[in-house]
Amino acid sequence: MSDPEGFLKHGRTPIPRRPVDERLNDFAEIEATRDPAERTAQATRCMDCGVPFCQQGCPLGNPIPDFNEAVATGRWRRAWDQLRSTNNFPEFTGRVCPAPCEAACVLGINDDPVTIEHIEREIAERAWAAGWARPVLPRRRTGHHVAVVGSGPAGLAAAEQLNAAGHHVVVFEKADRPGGLLRYGIPDFKLDREVLDRRIRLIERAGVTFRCGVEVGTDPTWRALHSEFDAVLVAIGAMQPRRLEVDGADLDGVVLAMDFLEQQNRVVAGEDVPTRERIDARDKHVIILGGGDTGSDCLGTSLRQGAAHVTQIELFERPPSERAPHTPWPRWPHVFRTSSSQEEGGEREWAFMTTRLIGEDGRVTGLEGVDVAIHHGDDGPRLEPIEGSERVLKADLVLLAMGFTGVRAEALFDDGLATPSPRGAIAGDDRHRTTKPGVYVAGDAMRGASLVVWAIRDGREAARTIDADLCGRDRLPAVGMDARF
Amino acid sequence: MPPTVGLYDPQTEHDACGIGFVAQLRGRPQRAIVEQALSILERLEHRGACGCDPDTGDGAGLLVQIPHGFFTRVWRERGRALPRPRRYAVGMVYLPADAERRAACEALVERIATEQGQRVIGWRDVPVDPDHVGPDANAVRPYIRQIFIERRRVVPSAFERRLFVIRRLTHEAARRDPALDPDRRFHIASLSCETVVYKGLLKPDQLRGFYPDLREPDFVSAIALLHSRFSTNTFPTWDLAQPFTRICHNGEINTVRGNRNWMLARRSQLQSAKFGGALDRLGPLISGHASDSRQFDQMLEVLHLGGRTLPHAMMMMIPEAWENDPSMAPERRAFYNYTASIMEPWDGPSAIAFTDGHLVGATLDRNGLRPARWLVTSDDLVVMASESGVVDVPASRVVRKGRLQPGRIFVVDTEEGRIIDDDEVKGDVVARWPYSKWLERNVFAIDQLEPVAPTPALTGQGLRRQQAAFGYTEEQIDRVIVPMARDGHEPIGAMGRDTPLAVLSEQAPSLFAYFHQLFAQVTNPPIDPIRERLVMSLSTAIGMGGNPFDETPEQCHRIEIKGPVLTNQQLATLRGIDDGVFEATTLSLCYPVDGGDDALEQAVDALCRAAVDALDRGFNLLVLSDRGVDADHAPIPALLATSAVHQHLVREGIRMHGGLIVETGDVREVHDVALLVGYGAAAVNPWLTFDTITEACETEALALDPDDAIQRWVQAADKGLLKVMSKMGISTISSYRGAQIFEAVGLDHDLVQRHFAGTSSRIGGVDLAALGREAATRHARGFSDDVRDGALPVGGELRWRRRGERHAWTPTTIASLQRAVRDGDRDAWWEYVEAVHADDEAPTALRRLLEFDTDGVTEIPLDEVEDAASIATRFVTGAMSFGSLSAEAHETLALAMNELGGRSNTGEGGEEPERWTPDPDGRSRRSAIKQIASGRFGVHTPYLVNADELQIKMAQGAKPGEGGQLPGHKVSDRIATVRCSTPGVTLISPPPHHDIYSIEDLAQLIYDLKSVNPAARVSVKLVSEVGVGTVAAGVAKARAEAIVIAGASGGTGASPISSIQHAGLPWELGLAETQQVLVANGLRGRVRLQVDGGLRTGRDVVIAGLLGAEEFGFSTAPLIALGCVMLRQCHQNTCSVGIATQHPELTKRFAGEPVHVIRFFLYLAEEIRQWMARLGIRRFDDLVGRVDLLRKRDDLAGKAAHIDVGAILTEISRPGAANRHAEAQDHSLEAHFDQSLFEPARAAIETGEPVQITTTITNEHRAVGSMLSGEIVRQRGTDALLDDTIAIHLEGSAGQSFGAWLTRGVTMLLEGDANDYVGKGLSGGRIAVYPPPDAGFDPSENVIVGNTVLYGATSGDAFFRGRAGERFAVRNSGARAVVEGCGDHGCEYMTGGTVVVLGETGRNFAAGMSGGVAYVYDRDGQFRSRCNLEQVELEAITDPGDRFLLKNLLEDHVRFTGSLRAGQVLDHFDALLNRFVRVMPTEYKRVLEARRAERPARVTPQPATWPSAVVRNWRTT
Repeated sequence: MSDPEGFLKHGRTPIPRRPVDERLNDFAEIEATRDPAERTAQATRCMDCGVPFCQQGCPLGNPIPDFNEAVATGRWRRAWDQLRSTNNFPEFTGRVCPAPCEAACVLGINDDPVTIEHIEREIAERAWAAGWARPVLPRRRTGHHVAVVGSGPAGLAAAEQLNAAGHHVVVFEKADRPGGLLRYGIPDFKLDREVLDRRIRLIERAGVTFRCGVEVGTDPTWRALHSEFDAVLVAIGAMQPRRLEVDGADLDGVVLAMDFLEQQNRVVAGEDVPTRERIDARDKHVIILGGGDTGSDCLGTSLRQGAAHVTQIELFERPPSERAPHTPWPRWPHVFRTSSSQEEGGEREWAFMTTRLIGEDGRVTGLEGVDVAIHHGDDGPRLEPIEGSERVLKADLVLLAMGFTGVRAEALFDDGLATPSPRGAIAGDDRHRTTKPGVYVAGDAMRGASLVVWAIRDGREAARTIDADLCGRDRLPAVGMDARF
Repeated sequence: MPPTVGLYDPQTEHDACGIGFVAQLRGRPQRAIVEQALSILERLEHRGACGCDPDTGDGAGLLVQIPHGFFTRVWRERGRALPRPRRYAVGMVYLPADAERRAACEALVERIATEQGQRVIGWRDVPVDPDHVGPDANAVRPYIRQIFIERRRVVPSAFERRLFVIRRLTHEAARRDPALDPDRRFHIASLSCETVVYKGLLKPDQLRGFYPDLREPDFVSAIALLHSRFSTNTFPTWDLAQPFTRICHNGEINTVRGNRNWMLARRSQLQSAKFGGALDRLGPLISGHASDSRQFDQMLEVLHLGGRTLPHAMMMMIPEAWENDPSMAPERRAFYNYTASIMEPWDGPSAIAFTDGHLVGATLDRNGLRPARWLVTSDDLVVMASESGVVDVPASRVVRKGRLQPGRIFVVDTEEGRIIDDDEVKGDVVARWPYSKWLERNVFAIDQLEPVAPTPALTGQGLRRQQAAFGYTEEQIDRVIVPMARDGHEPIGAMGRDTPLAVLSEQAPSLFAYFHQLFAQVTNPPIDPIRERLVMSLSTAIGMGGNPFDETPEQCHRIEIKGPVLTNQQLATLRGIDDGVFEATTLSLCYPVDGGDDALEQAVDALCRAAVDALDRGFNLLVLSDRGVDADHAPIPALLATSAVHQHLVREGIRMHGGLIVETGDVREVHDVALLVGYGAAAVNPWLTFDTITEACETEALALDPDDAIQRWVQAADKGLLKVMSKMGISTISSYRGAQIFEAVGLDHDLVQRHFAGTSSRIGGVDLAALGREAATRHARGFSDDVRDGALPVGGELRWRRRGERHAWTPTTIASLQRAVRDGDRDAWWEYVEAVHADDEAPTALRRLLEFDTDGVTEIPLDEVEDAASIATRFVTGAMSFGSLSAEAHETLALAMNELGGRSNTGEGGEEPERWTPDPDGRSRRSAIKQIASGRFGVHTPYLVNADELQIKMAQGAKPGEGGQLPGHKVSDRIATVRCSTPGVTLISPPPHHDIYSIEDLAQLIYDLKSVNPAARVSVKLVSEVGVGTVAAGVAKARAEAIVIAGASGGTGASPISSIQHAGLPWELGLAETQQVLVANGLRGRVRLQVDGGLRTGRDVVIAGLLGAEEFGFSTAPLIALGCVMLRQCHQNTCSVGIATQHPELTKRFAGEPVHVIRFFLYLAEEIRQWMARLGIRRFDDLVGRVDLLRKRDDLAGKAAHIDVGAILTEISRPGAANRHAEAQDHSLEAHFDQSLFEPARAAIETGEPVQITTTITNEHRAVGSMLSGEIVRQRGTDALLDDTIAIHLEGSAGQSFGAWLTRGVTMLLEGDANDYVGKGLSGGRIAVYPPPDAGFDPSENVIVGNTVLYGATSGDAFFRGRAGERFAVRNSGARAVVEGCGDHGCEYMTGGTVVVLGETGRNFAAGMSGGVAYVYDRDGQFRSRCNLEQVELEAITDPGDRFLLKNLLEDHVRFTGSLRAGQVLDHFDALLNRFVRVMPTEYKRVLEARRAERPARVTPQPATWPSAVVRNWRTT
């Protein structure tokens, strides 16, 4: 260990964000500076625990103490090799992961956890700059063909793994460019498009074929795909949004968060979006329903578009400012958080339930709601409106960021290649097999809307199963023992 | 010997003893010699032992010259005449009781004697008196007869040899015909024309009564060897009593297995003209089933009869430490160096007395680990014995007194009528041949040879493939290989091992991992490889072994290397050697990997054949090489190859025709090298590790030149090897080689029999086919098309890793346990239990292979089961010191255990006296268990008195056989105070207890502790390994009241990782073995059994209970309850949760509370209750030892399915013997000397009124003053009495531990002498020992006190007018002492206090001395060469404070002991001052100076203020 007392010498310092005033003027990444020396110092805070809870906290099982040690001793190449051994896309997770590893960091018991995510990001950036990030070429081709449907993080991870294992991989994407949620769901200020593009170029150079603008289920049909390929991986995400079921939900100006975010991403990417289709928050009173990450992304995007006023509403109560007792370390803490977008402006409301959207001329003008008391019982929380607390908020644009309810995969089910799970996703076993031999499922499509890091994990694990089924034995590395806290 | 049953293996028997001899210098046979010998035996009775039958001893005996007059008379009374002396021999023969069988045995002896051309004169029934033998011994008593044989047709000088042949042929014939004597009583104890042995399974005081012969007035001798045995067991056998034919032995031969194997290996070389080729017919020269002492005797006898004098043979078998002693005469060094070519040392603690009937002598091992004192009187009596004071000789008649010194020989030649000193004896031996010249011409250092360029190192992908195929992991490279190459020593780890045994691992572990290092505990001491480096040697010779019967120049033709690890270049050089003698050939270990299950077996067989063939073709350097692994070829595991070839060549009798060198990619750490050497390799070239290091240098991992880095790795391996050897008490690599000091766990019986014969492997397991499959698995990592992208497996053995080896402590188990105890969440407890037992699928521990056998069991309602609070009183927390733990954590554990009714343990670090008074709220922070470990930190009288249990730590699970170190930065003011040391100065715990080198020493320490605190129970902590059961039997006989069996998985604050990983065995084996052996010996009822080492759940506890445990120790689990998250960096002082740290910022973060620990234990007890209900057991006591309630699971798969736990589950019963604790030990404290002091001292104790007592004392009075001291502290507390309040004037020879833990206020003046351990733990009392005024010798040149004086003394004064033995003032931390000379290792590990040595010291003075100061009067100016300068500086005395202190001490010494020498010095003090050297520890000096700078007010040491009036008064009473 480079310095056993590192954590006593250095406090936690994440990568600084640009000043709010500056970053609201553009859609560039909010953390723009790189300071390798500071990351090195931060890496020495790692205690190299005998039982690194962080690794258990990480869905990918990243060898966190090992790359921290490498960084602390200036061995960046080594750190990169360590990191990529479990994580196909550290440049993504280094930016957009909520970092359950840090929640599980042992230093976090009574101190601030190690900035694992930003160390990861620095390792990745260094690797790309130094040219260490290279296509992972197979030792030899197996002759097997695998179709990966969906090019989000799960599909991309699976494609990279399967290709490395020597299979011919074709990735199908219904959009015109690959990346899925990474391209259209996450704002540029959190994940620069070039970061995605350079990775996709690398995957292509490794030998993966991308077919974009192809709507599997229509043309080709799932059945056709299944017969054409030795294996099919379904990684189509969980894109069915939760709807707002109140009066006025169909008014103009009531927009799904994903539509809003995707459009802005296309604009930033230089695509031509007709003015009449533009959803623009400029000078508007914006209300965002949903206090999660997507809501925050909407908030940051609205502020950058020049919204007059933004309110983000969360149905449930404000979390405690300290870790809630029912989520002790090393569990993911229930605690009040402020996202980067939330620190840029806007207001937040908690325990407020929308009862009606008010409109004029078919356009939304206001949102009526009521404060609720929340009772946590054995069968989940129960909401009770507080009488007399009804009020109306002014709203020109209402963004619905209330999460996702499941997949859009009727055609798949109709073709008999998979069955729905009780929770509205596609049923898969613990090795990602569906009920149909040769068909596999990964990512949000299997687990419902989740994190990028889980998607990568699923992509890797599904690839391992596909490879094992094709070759008769496990050849790809496993994520390893896994139990969620 | 008894047969192997269950886990008991008779090979593990140990014994230790009192020995001695008496001789009439001029060889005049006298009745007095026999009488003296008998009375010495009786006076050494406390060194022997008896078993469960108090009247049955472990054995006692005498060897005397044949009393010709006596035998002539008894034959004359029968109407027969005996021939002249030496024309006939007397044989002492043990015969079957059954008349018919007896006749057959007698006929056999007669037949063989006749065949050998001798005439049998007749038999004589030896009269015996069964009233003087215990019932157990009597039950197996042989019929004892003497055979008389007349010499015929051989020259007198060959008669003894012929008798030897008769004896060996008889034994061999009896061995081959088991029907002759099924009870195995037939044994010829002696057959000689010079000597006869009278011995038996007797207590020393029974010998005289049992053999009426010994009482006959004409039973006379000029020489008597005597022996009283203390054996670890009581399986009664008469033939194991000593003396044997030439010797009696006190100690242990650690390397005996290797010694015997090498003699076997030399079979084809063994030639002695004297036996006329008859050696072969005599069967194995050394019998494997005999005790180490007997095997030694057999070897010595053969050497002696083969033509060597006894001293010469002794020098061959027990060479002194010549390797690192530049002061030794060159010819003597040359002799030893030469002899190393033909004989391996028989290594281990030994005091051996020997005689051939004329010459009588004794020698001591190179470490001097056994006591032996001698004296010579003016009327030509010479007495040597384990203790002084065993004969009553007026001081006026004593002309010399001394002690045996390490490696020295003391010989009395009764024919020449004089004592021959070491120099002369050895001088004669070494002058016989020009050994120096022979060596010059025949021995080459490897670096003198023409160097040859080595194979270039592999890099990149090619290297990666090899690493993968050899099973390397990222972790091994990052955390073992690279750190060794960087730091030059093995990395340190912390906490215990919680990964599966190799046989339960699914990671295809290397074969090395199946072997566990054995270590010394109780019956022999480990060595300190750092501070006592001078006795150790790694010097390795490659060459052919010679014939020990012959001395020719060619025999020493060899190549020498500094250690067993060869660099690539050295190996290339050896390969290229062309000197006309040596020729190397390489045998490949690569074999086709896809050859199926038989492939490995075939490969090994082919290799063995190839080795024989190579030797036949004249090659004599065999290089076993696994270079050349490729896509189709896997390597035979190097250990398997080495041992298989070695053993095959031994069996073929041609092993010594060549040396084995192993060129292997398998080796990556110390353990691996140790194993290869331990199974026969002369040298090892770990080429893949070297290539790995080279690459690490070329990338950025190591900022070193590759050659430098490789040298550092070699250095680390060398240091590690010294440690591995030393933990078994072995000093030289030549005797370690082939000694197989390992136990295998999980290897198939047949596999072990074939290729690792002699190694214990008690639970069966994997066979060659399975090893082959694991080799194939590893191979596939490097050469299959797996997509690993160049990555090696992560490993995860030292640290938990998600894709690595399984651990018991995981994020899940830790988190759920913490949730349970913090929130009082019982559901979380069950989650924890479930997570721990989740490994049932793939078991991680032996106990997971077991399940409860509930067939026929009726479940009972839970509420009928003993309640949790009551069960919880069986729980104790582990020995973790204040120092290793923060005060916060340590006290929290104590509070919790006291509230629970369990017990916490101080660990090795003292305890703050404030904790002995309860808090205002009644809660107590006092640890009920006070540990006594080798460092004796803070072990003073009050510490011992404030205890419910005194625990002697013999070994620690995570690092058995090793000492410890508390680095200076952890020694805060507070810790220094409680440990009686200096803040900031590193503290060293020696590997051994310096007052426990053998079992009878342990008995002595137990007696000492019981004397100080009779109310406390004394427990002894052992670590599981093969033989721990027999050790435990010895411990029970040594009167311990509880025995702790620790498993190897126990934790540690800091240990070399190879110790954590590879030393010691699981507790399941140790506990079961202990239970079985104790029950079988009828000793189980005398002790309570405790187990610890990785217990985690109630099911663990219940299984341990069924295997025999009554109490249960926990360390890691309660720490986790307090917040420990297994950082495994306790040694760094950076514990982020404030538990294992003294860092003030971090201890603030401690968040544990007593309730967390209490909940842990109560939940545990609740879980236990549920199991008990299911097993239908109401009271925990009723489940102890119920092994019938366990069985092996039948649902196991993989390697686990092949394990045979039958030996663990063997139920041993003995009629009438308890299988759990049932009776109290008898310490005979009512007979303690101090009982006579209480009455006269009562007023003094109560009121402080001074008293003077005068009385006499003998060596049987042990721990004098200790009981009185304990009583004073108990009644009056610490420092209540003024100095000298109770003054005791004694005359005589004091027994061991004179003045141990003598407290302030008590002064003991002894006119006479004293034995070992004077002033042990001295706690403020005062001791003086001086000879009587009429002594016939010069006091300053004679020995007055024994070894290990003032061990662990914390305060007080001691004055000795005479010389002391080895290790004077060892680990002294506060006492002030004056002595007039001392033996080796003086002031070792001293941390405080003041010592004045007014005469010559032995070697290695001040080794490991980190505090205090010594003033040495350096008369001959040679002191520097005898001092270990690693930690101290030698300075002139210039400081007035020093001058004042020294003078004052000398004045006290004179005033008190009447020392002439001190008086002379004082007379010319200023002139002689420059002859004094101040020995000052460097670190201590630096710290003192820094403190002085902080606090300018200067503290002058206070001189002792002896009230001279009182002193005078004593003299006159």
